[in-house]
Amino acid sequence: MNIENIKSQFPIFSKKINGKPLVYLDSSNSSQKPLNVINRLDEFYKNEFSNIGRSIHSLSVNATNKFDETRMNIKKFINANSKEEIIFTKNATESINLVAATFGQQNIEKGDEILITELEHHSNYVPWHYLRESKGAVIKFAPINDDGDIIIREFEKLITPKTKIIAITHLSNVTGTIVPVKEIIDIAHKKNIPVLVDGCQSAPHIKIDVKDLDCDFYAISCHKVYGPTGVGILYAKKEWLEKLPPYIGGGGMINEVTKEKISYAQLPEKYEAGTMPTAEVVAFNESINFMQSIGIENLMKHEQELTNYALEKMQAMNSVKLIGNPKNKAGVISFTIKGIHPHDIATILDEDGVAIRAGHHCCQILHEKLKLNATARVSFGVYNTKEDIDILCKAIKNCRKVFELK
Amino acid sequence: MDLKELYQDIILEHGRNPRNFGRCEGFNHEAKGHNPLCGDQVQVYLKLNEKKNVEKLTFEGSGCAISMASTSIMTELVEGKTFDVAKNIIDEFLKMIKIGSEIKTKDLTEDQKTKIMSLSGVKKYPMRVKCATLSWHTLVSALDGKKIEVNTEKVD
Repeated sequence: MNIENIKSQFPIFSKKINGKPLVYLDSSNSSQKPLNVINRLDEFYKNEFSNIGRSIHSLSVNATNKFDETRMNIKKFINANSKEEIIFTKNATESINLVAATFGQQNIEKGDEILITELEHHSNYVPWHYLRESKGAVIKFAPINDDGDIIIREFEKLITPKTKIIAITHLSNVTGTIVPVKEIIDIAHKKNIPVLVDGCQSAPHIKIDVKDLDCDFYAISCHKVYGPTGVGILYAKKEWLEKLPPYIGGGGMINEVTKEKISYAQLPEKYEAGTMPTAEVVAFNESINFMQSIGIENLMKHEQELTNYALEKMQAMNSVKLIGNPKNKAGVISFTIKGIHPHDIATILDEDGVAIRAGHHCCQILHEKLKLNATARVSFGVYNTKEDIDILCKAIKNCRKVFELK
Repeated sequence: MDLKELYQDIILEHGRNPRNFGRCEGFNHEAKGHNPLCGDQVQVYLKLNEKKNVEKLTFEGSGCAISMASTSIMTELVEGKTFDVAKNIIDEFLKMIKIGSEIKTKDLTEDQKTKIMSLSGVKKYPMRVKCATLSWHTLVSALDGKKIEVNTEKVD
């Protein structure tokens, strides 16, 4: 695989940041967009735009077909059983909110337990907290060890007859831990407990096979998968989507409306009220095409090489402390530098064109566990190179120079 | 942009060795500040005497070099001032950071003006403005005897 060729597909890398070439190491936050995705958005708005599903005219028929093509392609991409199992949302956050609200409405009563982990992003905690407030549910946090791995034995101990649902991340956005979700789903299913997987971080980096995982729900944000903002995916087993009540009400999600009663549309429209981000969904098809043109195995291999290279170089710097050392780690590396706050690190790196994230990364529970207010984080995309990591390491050394530390 | 404009020696030095750190004896006003975006916390302890003069001003908390230095410099400059002068200094500081106004007050020595102006580089870094202003907003809250926590997302 020619990685330079891949970088050249992303127009943003021809831009200079503070007079320096952009070294983008914030893909866990959001990925950059390849030209084919940008062009598709542009083309669709220029030549093909129409709303979907409502009109008989040709533009609308074409838009509806293109919208549906993306759904079919996602179904194949994550190996779902049918396109009815693919719901478009705003982002993974909305996907998780959808499940928490509808599942909670139907299945959660006072004292019922929801099991999550200390690794979770706020978006896989706050929606469940709503059920704690509204229904009196109890949220339990499965602990992690110092390496940043979930302690499976402790996890199992926290499952009780009151556990109604388990919600876990597939890949931590702080430690890069790849969570053994299949093992956890097996444990849960033996006790008839459904599992939601937050796939926000995993979808751009590892192969997703929902059939193999046997998860009940899987949430994805398309903007992290080389796609446009404003589109998310909820995969859910058809039996759940048929059983659960609708979420947002409005046009497009109904079957028949009278003054007395309302019946709802078939799947997947039941969960897609109002005008959807049509152009963005259509353009996301190109993101999948982009990933498939590289090949997910090649992408994983490239990112693993980058991660190993970065870990080796960063470990060699005495002042740098790496956060977590999980058994299986993806291209997400959080760190601190002795004597320099992560915010100062991010400002100094930015001057060298190196974009990283600093803060708690929407994981305050995890940072409390780590006894840190903030960390600095670098995260990779398929466009990153070893040269990017060399520039990063040089910029890290410059932090100590700016701070006049020896 | 030159990083040295932001990270001047005086800021690095105060960041490393913050003055008036800890809880002062006999404080009669206190306030908490929180920046939810980064998790930084600051607690300001203030002793106002019967004439409402700032007799003592100290702080506790953790944060980046900018926030630690800004708070440290604030405690040095405001201690010993009357209530009204303290309010005026805060006002001028916040205007300097946000709109780049000059420090005009006659209540600071030239030396003190140099110190406060060492923080003016922050206005070129919009994402860092709140690092510099959190403790100053918190001090306003302490002076006014407000009970609610200062939250950088809820102040200008």
